[in-house]
Amino acid sequence: MAVAREAEPVGSLSEVREAGLDREDLLGVYRNMVLTRGIEERGHILYRQGKIPGSFYTGRGNEAASVGIATAMGADDVGTPLHRDMGVHIVKGVEPWRIFAQYMGRADGPTKGRDGNVHMADSKLGLIAMVSHLPAMLPVAVGCALAFRIREEKRVAVGWFGEGASARGDCHEAMTLAGVRKLPMVFVCDNNQWAYSTPSHLEFATEHVADRAEAYGFEGIVVDGTDVLAVYREARRAIEKARSGGGPTLIESVTLRMEGHAVHDDAFYVPKEMMERWAESDPIESFRTWLRTNADMTDAEEEEITGEVKRTLNEALRRADESPLPDASSLTEGVYASPEDLDTPHHK
Amino acid sequence: MAELTYLQAISDGLRTEMRRDKRVFVIGEDVGVYGGAFKVTLGFQEEFGHWRVLDAPLAETAIVGACTGAAIMGMRPVAEMQFADFISCAWDHLVTVAAKQRYRAGTPVPITVRLPSGGGFSGGPFHSQNPESSFAHIPGLKCVCPATPEDAKGLLISAIEDPNPVLYFEHKHLYRRIKGEVPEERYTIPLGKARTHREGDDISVITWGAMVHTADEAAQQLDADGVSVEIIDLRTVMPWDKAAVLGSARKTSKVLVLHEDTRTGGFGAEIAATVAEEAFEDLDGPVKRIAAPDTPVPFSPPLEKAFIPQVDGVVAGLRELAEY
Repeated sequence: MAVAREAEPVGSLSEVREAGLDREDLLGVYRNMVLTRGIEERGHILYRQGKIPGSFYTGRGNEAASVGIATAMGADDVGTPLHRDMGVHIVKGVEPWRIFAQYMGRADGPTKGRDGNVHMADSKLGLIAMVSHLPAMLPVAVGCALAFRIREEKRVAVGWFGEGASARGDCHEAMTLAGVRKLPMVFVCDNNQWAYSTPSHLEFATEHVADRAEAYGFEGIVVDGTDVLAVYREARRAIEKARSGGGPTLIESVTLRMEGHAVHDDAFYVPKEMMERWAESDPIESFRTWLRTNADMTDAEEEEITGEVKRTLNEALRRADESPLPDASSLTEGVYASPEDLDTPHHK
Repeated sequence: MAELTYLQAISDGLRTEMRRDKRVFVIGEDVGVYGGAFKVTLGFQEEFGHWRVLDAPLAETAIVGACTGAAIMGMRPVAEMQFADFISCAWDHLVTVAAKQRYRAGTPVPITVRLPSGGGFSGGPFHSQNPESSFAHIPGLKCVCPATPEDAKGLLISAIEDPNPVLYFEHKHLYRRIKGEVPEERYTIPLGKARTHREGDDISVITWGAMVHTADEAAQQLDADGVSVEIIDLRTVMPWDKAAVLGSARKTSKVLVLHEDTRTGGFGAEIAATVAEEAFEDLDGPVKRIAAPDTPVPFSPPLEKAFIPQVDGVVAGLRELAEY
């Protein structure tokens, strides 16, 4: 039986205003979703052109969830987004050309070619680069929240995980520590229903991942992850609750992974009807329809957004392609930090 | 100067840093009200409050992972594993996250993990291990193994100050067994700089942690044979002071590497290989290793005594080298 609260969809423009977004913000949200998908689509092309070493992962179908959560974060809040959460990097302001440079293993990617795909983050934007071991970043995010609590700062940490990763002990330990200490923490489960080829019912036995939250002493919420405004509203509530000392929340955002686990995977194991059904609630298309119906988005506004995104992507690709590959002589640099490395805003 | 036990010196170092730097906090199982399983943090919660001396749930992954997050946010966390053996539960967070974050993402992770390690008191397979070589093998981590009270304090302060993840292996058998003069003021001891525990001319013993004292007793016995033994206390196995080891090897021409960890793949193998590679022409005998056999640490006293290198075994090894 479900324990978590199931969030309602957002209805009107006035309801959105109450949640903190005006019409211009909404167009910005739409732009960020379109840019998120655009980056991953262009990345896919680069991969097929043989310009991306290794493999390539996208978050197609998760654009509303990632953009919605990140839009609700404050400027000083921090997070540990994962490989389906490109939208978080976009909202926080990473420059798209650096993402393409990262994909291609170039010297100007955020990891300078030391790591690939979405294993990156700009720490100046309050993000911490993920590792492959999921959900290892949850305890790290909890540690950020612990630092804020110790220093009595009104900041919040957001930690992402998938429904597959919910099976691992890190998830349990992170939620236990955050729960007993009532830390300013929001857990976000990107439940895209498939962990590589394994369906949800083989990952967790409850109806929702969010049902577990009660056992850790905080609230669990299930939200339609294709509804950017519902995701935003629930994230905003959870973040502000955490900020005001109300402790953690677990938000489970339900979507469908609209591609394989990575580009090499054709996802033959996902029933065709399931893909077709979820394609009807494509998050970008759904929000576009909502904006046209509820916020009178005009053709001109839409064209301006798609045109600007296209120009941004073209320029980003050009600039990334100019970035050199890392020099092999840099291989052994920076394994250990030096005291000067601590000269960052965080370490004053 | 005050005479402190090894354990008191660790407490003193930690307290010194917590008084000096508000970013330093302690997290671990039973470190607060109880003062830690070995009482290293006794009285800390009263002095620093319960948000700087945190009793954690029994969750080593969360403890070390949270330290990483807090460190990235500018804190200087010090985690206590109740026993070094339990670090296996947090392996991922040291090796996968903390060790690699600087190299791949440019993010320094200044955390210290205190690891009460070593045997000699029938702790059995899960309360006696010396896992330093496993971590010395991981690029990005540092491993500190103090042998004296003075080093225990200075190296702990250096570990906390260091911008990297540092594993601080404190030997439980030394906690209350050894005492020494410890400066009352704050001081640091550089990581990667060995200490000549004893000067000698005929054989070099390269060791660290509790084995420094075993080697010292053995060296005294060799004095009677007219064999002069030099003891190099590495202090830190990562980084390790290659120059000091090679210098001593060139001086004495005979090298014995001694450690309490098991033999195969122990850090002694790295030292022996390096001496063989870089000081071969200076050697008058094979590089000898004395280490625990390749078994789990046994519980019953006669078995444990046979496991941990003893003074008699080191004496025999030194005589063998002396006669070579």
